[in-house]
Amino acid sequence: MKIKSQKDFLSGAMFICVGAAFAIGATNYTIGSGARMGPGYFPLMLGILLAIGGAVVLAGSLRFGTPDGERVGRIAWKPLLLIIGANLVFGVLLGGLPTWSVPAMGLIVAIYALVAIASIAGPRFSIRTALILGTILAIGSYLTFIVGLSLQFQVWPTFISG
Amino acid sequence: MDLIDNLSLGFAAAFTLQNLVYAFIGCLLGTLIGVLPGIGPVATIAMLLPATYALPPVAALIMLAGIYYGSQYGGSTTAILVNLPGESSSVVTVIDGHQMARQGRGGPALAAAGLGSFFAGCVGTLILAAFAPPLTELAFKFGPAEYFSLMVLGLIGAVVLASGSLIKAICMIMLGLLLGLVGTDVNSGVARFSFDIPELTDGISFIAIAMGIFGYGEIIANLSQPEEERQVFTAKLQGLMPTKEDFRHMIPAVLRGTALGCSLGILPGGGSLLSAFASYTLEKKLSLKPGEIPFGKGNIRGVAGPESANNAGAQTSFIPLLTLGIPGNPVMALMVGAMTIHNIQPGPQVMTSNPALFWGLIASMWIGNLMLIILNLPMIGVWVKLLTVPYRFLYPAILVFCGIGVYSVNNQTFDVFMAAGFGIIGYLFLKLRCEPAPLLLGFVLGPMMEENFRRSLLLSRGDFSVFVTRPLSLGLLIAAAALVAVVALPSIKAKREEAFQEE
Repeated sequence: MKIKSQKDFLSGAMFICVGAAFAIGATNYTIGSGARMGPGYFPLMLGILLAIGGAVVLAGSLRFGTPDGERVGRIAWKPLLLIIGANLVFGVLLGGLPTWSVPAMGLIVAIYALVAIASIAGPRFSIRTALILGTILAIGSYLTFIVGLSLQFQVWPTFISG
Repeated sequence: MDLIDNLSLGFAAAFTLQNLVYAFIGCLLGTLIGVLPGIGPVATIAMLLPATYALPPVAALIMLAGIYYGSQYGGSTTAILVNLPGESSSVVTVIDGHQMARQGRGGPALAAAGLGSFFAGCVGTLILAAFAPPLTELAFKFGPAEYFSLMVLGLIGAVVLASGSLIKAICMIMLGLLLGLVGTDVNSGVARFSFDIPELTDGISFIAIAMGIFGYGEIIANLSQPEEERQVFTAKLQGLMPTKEDFRHMIPAVLRGTALGCSLGILPGGGSLLSAFASYTLEKKLSLKPGEIPFGKGNIRGVAGPESANNAGAQTSFIPLLTLGIPGNPVMALMVGAMTIHNIQPGPQVMTSNPALFWGLIASMWIGNLMLIILNLPMIGVWVKLLTVPYRFLYPAILVFCGIGVYSVNNQTFDVFMAAGFGIIGYLFLKLRCEPAPLLLGFVLGPMMEENFRRSLLLSRGDFSVFVTRPLSLGLLIAAAALVAVVALPSIKAKREEAFQEE
């Protein structure tokens, strides 16, 4: 047996796993009957249907596909990790992590960090451009969101603003 | 006449200074993101949703709607001058529009796109105003079983008309429906699939999903490709006015495009992209008049038709949302989100309970179209300048706005992390060629669908035949089944693949 479309094979497998997970999870809640459905009824049904759909996709991947096997191809690890990482750092700096007693650093610091980390993912990274861009975006966001739309944000680090 | 009364109410609502300003901001932003390739209306509206918190609902919806139809105008500028679609719905405009620019006829091409869009937008708005009341009346006859069947039809329609594998798209819908169920069950109060995380008991943040999948996922994919060379054809841009000859060719194309766009926009899953494709195919099928330039070589009909169609489609895709409360495409799904954060339950009751909002939104679309034609034609130079901003400056800015947007909904860091997680999932979907749009529709409709499903079975005492014994419900389900059957037919399947090949 040969996989004719790697993309479809993996999508099918993903749908089966997620569908099964939801269906199994749903059995923890009351299922009930058709006339008096419990919270588990609809997710159980949908989960099973999704798993069946996934099986169809998976079966199809063994029969149809292009000669090159529709390979998934290289994962772009560098942009993936940097963009997601930049976003996580932004979240941590902006709001802090009370459970691990990481103090909030506020919006301005978070923006600089996000721009700096994200810029590494792009072509021709230079720290100078990243800083300039960060400054423009920090001022712009401050004016739009804090002054203009008066959203409630912590702007400066806790140890400065108190 | 009712229509006049309603429209005058609408214009009264839309003509306040505040609403005019927000309509203008919406159109301006729409044009901006339309011109810039790599950022679409879905990500932009998702970014701005939280920012509309502070606004009154009418102003918020007017602005968000402006972004959507504004992006249809902006997209054509990039398509014509840079040979890149600024927006997915201007993909076909590239073919003839850019050829015209190369021959030094970029001006007339831009004018054809702008004027065509303006005409189509006006007609689309009128159709929206005329069709909304009767459809709303019909919607009041719907019971839970009909609503459930209607949602099935809407979701199926959305995937049938989309590109790619049908079965995968259906799986994506179900995945979306399941994700929509996370959180507290309204009937029993049980927190489902929340893993004892308090933030999850309110459900997954809609903005986090939209932004993660449509924003971050795309950025990562864009960055993994080598930086494209952008050539802006402006040197030869002189004179906007099309010739008399041009007008003779483009007017029928505009009329046909408008008609197609208006009818396709109403369909679930329809909207601007499909309308543009259909219009280009139609124009190509019609025989060339003597002395006309062939398609692909800079025929003005290939610009005027699709550009009118995409704007008409964008306009009329508001019909199912405003009358039935059913979003037909991801942008409309976001509009549902916008309405819910302002405590407006989308559906037929909006028109009666909130007439100023309903008619104000419609009237604002006409005003918006007028603003857009002014923004786009005389000020074309500004947008051309903007095209020279490289992507490496753009995406960090997008990331900053996304981050701020996600956080500000609930002032929760958790939502930012959630968006990051969905960014990874979005990239995975791109890699596996799973269309994310059906997922978003499913996510929005999930809770509504479960609610109506439960209610209809409660009323029928557990008898599943309720969906097929009620005539309206049966009709809707048959229509859904017919759609699937038609697409599955081998001959149509081949045509459909061919049509989407041209992307």
